[in-house]
Amino acid sequence: MKRALIYVLISMTLLVFSCGREDSPAGIDKNGDISSKNETTTETITVIESRDYEVKKGDSLWDISEEIYKDAERWTSILSLNPQIKDPDLIYPGQKIKIEVEVTKTVEKKVDGGVTKHYGDAIIIGSIGDASNLIPMLASDSASHEVAGFIYNGLVKYDKDYNIVGDLASSWEISKDNLTFIFHLRDDVKWQDGKPFTAADVMFTYKLMIDEKTPTAYAGKYLLVKEAKAPDPYTFTVTYSEPLAPALISWGALQPLPKHILEGVDITKSELARKPLGTGPYKFIEWKTGEKIVLTSNHDYFEGRPYIDRIIYRIIPDTATMFLELKAGGVDWMGLSPIQYERQTDDESFKKSFKKYEYLADAYSYLGFNLDNPKFKDKRVRKAISYAIDKQEIIDVVLLGLGEIATGPYKPGTWQYNPNVERYDYDLKKAKELLKEAGWEDTDGDGLVDKDGVPFEFTIITNQGNDLRAKSAEIIQKRLAEVGITVKIRIIEWAAFLSEFVSTRNYEAMILGWNILQDPDLFNVWHSSETGPDELNHVNFRNDEVDRLLEEGRRVFDQEERKKYYFRIQEILADEAPYVFLYVPDALPVVHARFHGIEPAPAGISYNFNEWYVPEGMMKYTNLK
Amino acid sequence: MARYTLKRLIMMIPILFGITIISFAVIHLAPGEPTDLATSLNPDVTPEAKEKMRKLYGLDKPVHVQYYNWIKRIVVLDFGNSFAPDRRPVIDKIKETIPITISINILSILLIMAVAIPIGIYSATHQNSFFDKAATVFVFIGFAVPTFWLALLMMRWFGIQLEWLPISGVKSVMYDYLSPMGKVWDVAKHLLMPVVLSAFGGLAGLSRYMRSNMLEVIRQDYITTARAKGLPERVVIYKHAMRNALMPVITILGLSVPGLIGGSVIFESIFSIYGMGRLFYASVLSRDYPVVMGILVIGAVLTLIGNLLADVSYGLTDPRIRRG
Repeated sequence: MKRALIYVLISMTLLVFSCGREDSPAGIDKNGDISSKNETTTETITVIESRDYEVKKGDSLWDISEEIYKDAERWTSILSLNPQIKDPDLIYPGQKIKIEVEVTKTVEKKVDGGVTKHYGDAIIIGSIGDASNLIPMLASDSASHEVAGFIYNGLVKYDKDYNIVGDLASSWEISKDNLTFIFHLRDDVKWQDGKPFTAADVMFTYKLMIDEKTPTAYAGKYLLVKEAKAPDPYTFTVTYSEPLAPALISWGALQPLPKHILEGVDITKSELARKPLGTGPYKFIEWKTGEKIVLTSNHDYFEGRPYIDRIIYRIIPDTATMFLELKAGGVDWMGLSPIQYERQTDDESFKKSFKKYEYLADAYSYLGFNLDNPKFKDKRVRKAISYAIDKQEIIDVVLLGLGEIATGPYKPGTWQYNPNVERYDYDLKKAKELLKEAGWEDTDGDGLVDKDGVPFEFTIITNQGNDLRAKSAEIIQKRLAEVGITVKIRIIEWAAFLSEFVSTRNYEAMILGWNILQDPDLFNVWHSSETGPDELNHVNFRNDEVDRLLEEGRRVFDQEERKKYYFRIQEILADEAPYVFLYVPDALPVVHARFHGIEPAPAGISYNFNEWYVPEGMMKYTNLK
Repeated sequence: MARYTLKRLIMMIPILFGITIISFAVIHLAPGEPTDLATSLNPDVTPEAKEKMRKLYGLDKPVHVQYYNWIKRIVVLDFGNSFAPDRRPVIDKIKETIPITISINILSILLIMAVAIPIGIYSATHQNSFFDKAATVFVFIGFAVPTFWLALLMMRWFGIQLEWLPISGVKSVMYDYLSPMGKVWDVAKHLLMPVVLSAFGGLAGLSRYMRSNMLEVIRQDYITTARAKGLPERVVIYKHAMRNALMPVITILGLSVPGLIGGSVIFESIFSIYGMGRLFYASVLSRDYPVVMGILVIGAVLTLIGNLLADVSYGLTDPRIRRG
């Protein structure tokens, strides 16, 4: 009897366990499987390739193309030749030609490490600040724009190499006089409530943007539009009174809002601020202020359903806490500080669970002089200070080597970056010589340089809350002491810093940073007309040639042509030294290793977020409803 | 008594009015405006746009006009809308943050009382014992250790190494998918570290206070009398001595009531809890005048009410105060 009871118990336990087993990988979206395991598929893709060719004796252009395309399965066209060869007979042996060709190839579809792409799982992104408003034109903080970026699209966008490509617009034309832009909109786009997206939505959003009653800070560029039209549901045209090169990409920042919801509603009271509805790859689910924002993938997205089902933005205001959360598995993606990157994530277990990335960020830091201050009027003084500061030392100490020396306002490696400008490598001798030339000499033997009996001393201000800048200031202070200049440092709360010092020009020198935008137009920062209070040329830099180049540079649309203007501007800025360009820091994102498909590119890692996926066995959040 | 209370209530009006004027003046004296932070250093923002936004917020008017407009709204209990880009009603923001701040503070006060009072009593009754000395050391540590540092240590220890407790927030990411009991357990686990830590500093102070009160009381004649009557030591301590020793402690706890809504910026930031402390701090940094004023007014009203209740209860117990 007893034995029978034991048998019954054992068999029942086994039964319960086996039932449990069957259900255990609960909720994995089996339908999400897009191809069966270990299967490779082929697909035809068109790519643009750049190839070098040296002309051999007796070659004709036809021979060259034969040679160039021999390894491709099918070629479509020669896009350009460099140097431009107008007459096919004018090629000569030994000539080096760079040819851009469009090639169609059949390739094996990349299936990462033999693992099939699956839909599902969630990614938790750590964010220091909460969003404020999810109507992009009303928000001014990066967190809001980052979240809104998943929900809305622009007409155009940057691809991974910072080329402008279509987003909601499938193509566009620019009139010969560069004044009119005709956007051809995609006809397969739907709002997340199923209503079709048309040019009327774009027109509505544009009008809202320039409306006096809309509390937006971004109307500036759109106010320059002379006329906007929506001649049919899928065409949107704008005409400017003057050519403006950055105009095209500005239509990437104008993210259309749904007219059918907002029409007749006061935008400041619209529900969309807290419950956005866009055309983008992710749909809004919920927002718990100060805690989290949750988005879910849009299965009807016009570029296809994103692989990751859920995005959870967790707001964690303290960076140390966020880092601990990352280690504990409460955050999947965050940006690391140099010390976290170098010292605190170097162990094997971390490397197993996370992938760290490192590439130049779109930002630079500088020491800017108030050029209206008599101490900094002389170019030689500014140059002397540039020589006296060891930029590499700042990078090594402050950024732990994770950055590059900045030589101008652009990022090294981009097309607008001029690598051949005057550089100020650390050189105490040159610094002292230049100071002497400018009349600053140690006349009384106290180790400090002086002029007319007044020692050279000035104050560097910077904002509170940015440790890197405060540390840079200390290193600069130490280095300038070596050439006999006394530096004081003042660290000021951000709001007071802006209103009392920067906009009123009430400072001698300051350490600050700029984001580097992809379009090289820097009119607002360097043109002499922008030196008024609240304007961005806050070092009061005035240079007629730079003014002219900035004015002309923004009228030119051809990249090669534009390059000339901005290369020259960089030369002048390097020579005039209104800033000591300090460093371009590295961006240091870290993402949990279960996410696959991340391919770092000049634009960072997030450009192909919709292609990221988690292999089936590695999914963490499988029971999402 | 009713007259006294009424008099005190009427007196509160000018005091409150004074508080709002001073607060309004002080936050407007702080350099920088809400629009600065939203618009400064952005190449896409023109000075005209900034001016337009100042106008929309009413910041182009003189301060006294702004104050007049504000007070006109506040008398009908309209706290206005936040200047942050979300433009949400101030009262909504406060309503969102106040429950969690109050809960954590009440829990931590209860914890302080539950732990500090027994420690204080035991230390007093076993003066100079090993426990008393150890408690003294503990008290000094409690005062001296920076809470944020201790918080990070605890998070590392309990959150990462032992994996017992969640590190931050009040709910886990998958909270919505939990069973009702699971939800309770989840919140409890999340609140444990913040509550224990916020109690830690207060624990030290209150246990010392309890100890010295107790020492004072047990030297009184009536305690000696009680002992002489042959009462058991337990009854002497917990019935006769403790009640009297607790009186001043309760007064101290009463005084900490306004602090309940103040919240703590450090805790709320470290543990990513969206409470009043964080809201107030963020609003001050972004010069979000309506929210700052809203929190200050509510804080002031609660403090005044707290004082009134204390005074009224003193009055009830001591007739001399009523007449005075």
